[in-house]
Amino acid sequence: MTTIDAGVVPVPRELAPRRETYLNVAHTVKSWALTTDHKRIGVLYLVTTVLMLALGGSFALLLRTHLLTPAGALMDSYAYNRTFTMHGIVMVWLFMIPSIPAAFGNFLLPIMIGAKDVAFPRLNLLSYYIYLVGALWVIIALWMGGCDTGWTFYTPYSAHSPSAVVPTVFGIFILGWSTIATGVNFIVTVHTMRARGVTWFRMPLFVWAIYGTSVIQTLATPVLAISLCIVGIDNWFDWGLFDPARGGDPVLYQHLFWFYSHPAVYIMILPAMGVFSEVVPTFSHKNPASYNAIAYSTLGIAFVGFATWGHHMFVAGMSLFDAAAFGVLSMLVAIFSAIKVFTWVLTMRRGSVVIRTPMIYFLAFLFLFVFGGMTGVATATESLDVHWHDTYFVVAHFHFIMVGGTLTAWLAALHYWFPKITGRMYSERWGTVAATLVFAGFFITFFPQFLLGNGGMPRRYATYASAYQPLHVISTVGSWILGASMLMTLGYLLVALFTGERAGNNPWDSRSYEWYTPSPPPKHNFEKEPRFELDPYDYTVPAERMHG
Amino acid sequence: MNDLLRRLLNLPPQASTYARDVDFLHYFVITTTMLGATFVFLLALYFLVRYRRRTPGETTVRVVTSTPQEVFIIGSILSLFLVFWVVGTLQYDRMMTPPPDAMTVYVTAKQWMWKFSYADGRSSMDVLTVPEGKPVRLVMTSRDVIHSFYVPAFRMKHDVVPGRYYTAWFEAKAPGTYAIDCAEYCGVSHSRMLGEVHVLSPGDYSSWLDGHPPATGDLVAAGRDVAAQRGCLNCHTLDGQPHIGPTWVGLYGSQVKLEGGRTVAADDAYLTRSMMDPQADIVVGYKSVMPTYRGVLEEPEAAALVELIRSLQTAPHAPSITLPKVTTEGSALPQEPLP
Repeated sequence: MTTIDAGVVPVPRELAPRRETYLNVAHTVKSWALTTDHKRIGVLYLVTTVLMLALGGSFALLLRTHLLTPAGALMDSYAYNRTFTMHGIVMVWLFMIPSIPAAFGNFLLPIMIGAKDVAFPRLNLLSYYIYLVGALWVIIALWMGGCDTGWTFYTPYSAHSPSAVVPTVFGIFILGWSTIATGVNFIVTVHTMRARGVTWFRMPLFVWAIYGTSVIQTLATPVLAISLCIVGIDNWFDWGLFDPARGGDPVLYQHLFWFYSHPAVYIMILPAMGVFSEVVPTFSHKNPASYNAIAYSTLGIAFVGFATWGHHMFVAGMSLFDAAAFGVLSMLVAIFSAIKVFTWVLTMRRGSVVIRTPMIYFLAFLFLFVFGGMTGVATATESLDVHWHDTYFVVAHFHFIMVGGTLTAWLAALHYWFPKITGRMYSERWGTVAATLVFAGFFITFFPQFLLGNGGMPRRYATYASAYQPLHVISTVGSWILGASMLMTLGYLLVALFTGERAGNNPWDSRSYEWYTPSPPPKHNFEKEPRFELDPYDYTVPAERMHG
Repeated sequence: MNDLLRRLLNLPPQASTYARDVDFLHYFVITTTMLGATFVFLLALYFLVRYRRRTPGETTVRVVTSTPQEVFIIGSILSLFLVFWVVGTLQYDRMMTPPPDAMTVYVTAKQWMWKFSYADGRSSMDVLTVPEGKPVRLVMTSRDVIHSFYVPAFRMKHDVVPGRYYTAWFEAKAPGTYAIDCAEYCGVSHSRMLGEVHVLSPGDYSSWLDGHPPATGDLVAAGRDVAAQRGCLNCHTLDGQPHIGPTWVGLYGSQVKLEGGRTVAADDAYLTRSMMDPQADIVVGYKSVMPTYRGVLEEPEAAALVELIRSLQTAPHAPSITLPKVTTEGSALPQEPLP
């Protein structure tokens, strides 16, 4: 597995002429802290989100270990409820939402469209610091004992919860500004900064995915901000804005919350889809089976995704008409995902397919995402959801999408663009082992949870009936494997960062536009004005034609 | 086959009348979607082997899926999904609509217990006792935060929300004890908010009734007493005459026109909500003068009132007479007398 494709030219360090890159242009802390270079900001995001993943992952391991025994092995109910809440909040807002768009999107989007930077470089830096301040608030809330409402903050419980609700929602409120600023920045960048020749339908598909994500981020986040503001005010000043005794309606809160949080699911999965729309053509050495199908289904998900939120509320008091409408719209949005899946698979047909770590992650993703997506269609079937709602079936379903989908895509992106970002190659052998372990650990963790949900095990239970124990034990063992494989990944990537072989400009022999520039890229992305003669997925001609 | 699939999927027994049908849809949906997922994955593996790279750097021909191919793929998936949707919606309608002959039990949830109140004045904590083979309508509300009434063996779940009266129903098929879980996170002891449904055979149920004498024998008479003691009859009549509030004759089950153009069916949930939160729905032609009875009426009292109103469903309207003289200050007469 250590053979390297055409395009990689290992150059001994002492012979390599010193070339100025975005990494070695300056070394001071200040040069990183005050940088407006989108690549450095992307790296800052990457490092911060990895720390957040470690935090959220530690909570996950605590929860799983606690659930080894029916009475709970580690914590009391107070601690358990705070832990699952903080696990959700950290994973959703501090890791999942910024993970691919803010880290890889920042690094790659301007390069992929041949731009020097994003449209508003200083706003870009500001949005990183807003993210940092928001994250800090959430950590302060954690230090104050954490919040125990669940990441959904359902009223009226959140209005009276004795835990640190106010600092938590305030932190998320701040994070929202960062999300909006990044979204607006990317939208303007895509509209105004494309280099000559990069038309809308010649943009790499990752750019389409980030563009669709940015639209959702910008439109949906304000609704979340408003709802969380009201939750904070209710909790702090007891205004009772959702209190039924004073004319409020707790179910209205759920509508507001899911109006944001269902599209937020697409904020998390669209970038993942964008990653594989790059990985699959590159390693299949073939054009996508239908560029337009992927681009248009991205927009379809972005817009139809706004009209499906009610499927979270089939048992919260909903008319038959509403339930039927939300049910059919949810199935429609699944069609767009199905289009993408078939397009990726058909892309491999008549290609020249080679397996590398990102491609192993694609296979894992394909299995987990299709499996998880199909259980999503099942839960969108109203009568079936009545039994599954708020059970472990739903927990398994969304972890198949969020972890099996987004986390595998994030790991694929980390490996695929590692040579571009660092200029070095990771160990393909370790990558293969770790990817296989991630898949196995994930499957062992979450597959038993479908069966737990079928059996009627409600979620967010600190204690449970002993009949559920065997499946819980299997799930916990799986989580340890998953945790260990993530640590292993961190380990060999850190080693590769310092001792990995030098990667050439285009180690994967890709035609996509970020591979036109050296690895790591120079400060202004391209040494001279880029000329993209070929389509980003044109594999009908050899690599030499890339530069004219 | 049913039993094999049920065990394979780790589903609990099918103890309600609709559980079996829901499970059959479950089997169909899971089987077809899992076959679809497996097909996609195997297809990818086949392409991976069949089109593996043979020489580094080789080029490929440009292939784009044709529109008929795309329409075929999308069309077949969409029609499968629509089958799920149609069957699922019909089932959902059945699961959410109680039959008219169902017996009513009031469910009051609070942190972290379930209280079941019957119209005859009895009530119990955490144990709901019902006869087999009779539909049971649950009228549910919460005293504090949102809970969710979940009986896995019945495939039944509904949120229980403060300030709202939701109706859910089931009909148990076989005697036995079935677990009740709270399915909506409700605070520290959420995982200990458990209860049981005791389903008894008709014979056992009547001996259980004998062993638990109700507080009152005649529910309608009990309702009449409550109505008199609580002052309901100052504004509502039992003979069909409109007064300060709408008459109770013929009210149960009718379609009530509300201010703002809405129409609502006068079921148990609506009637109870009108007692507890009278300002929520104002009947066309009446002023909003009724005080709330939240915290005043006990659940069995509310249930007895509903039974009284139900008994007046088909009572004849009295002949039109001169309206009683009203002296209460600020009260209003109905704007239109009945024809």
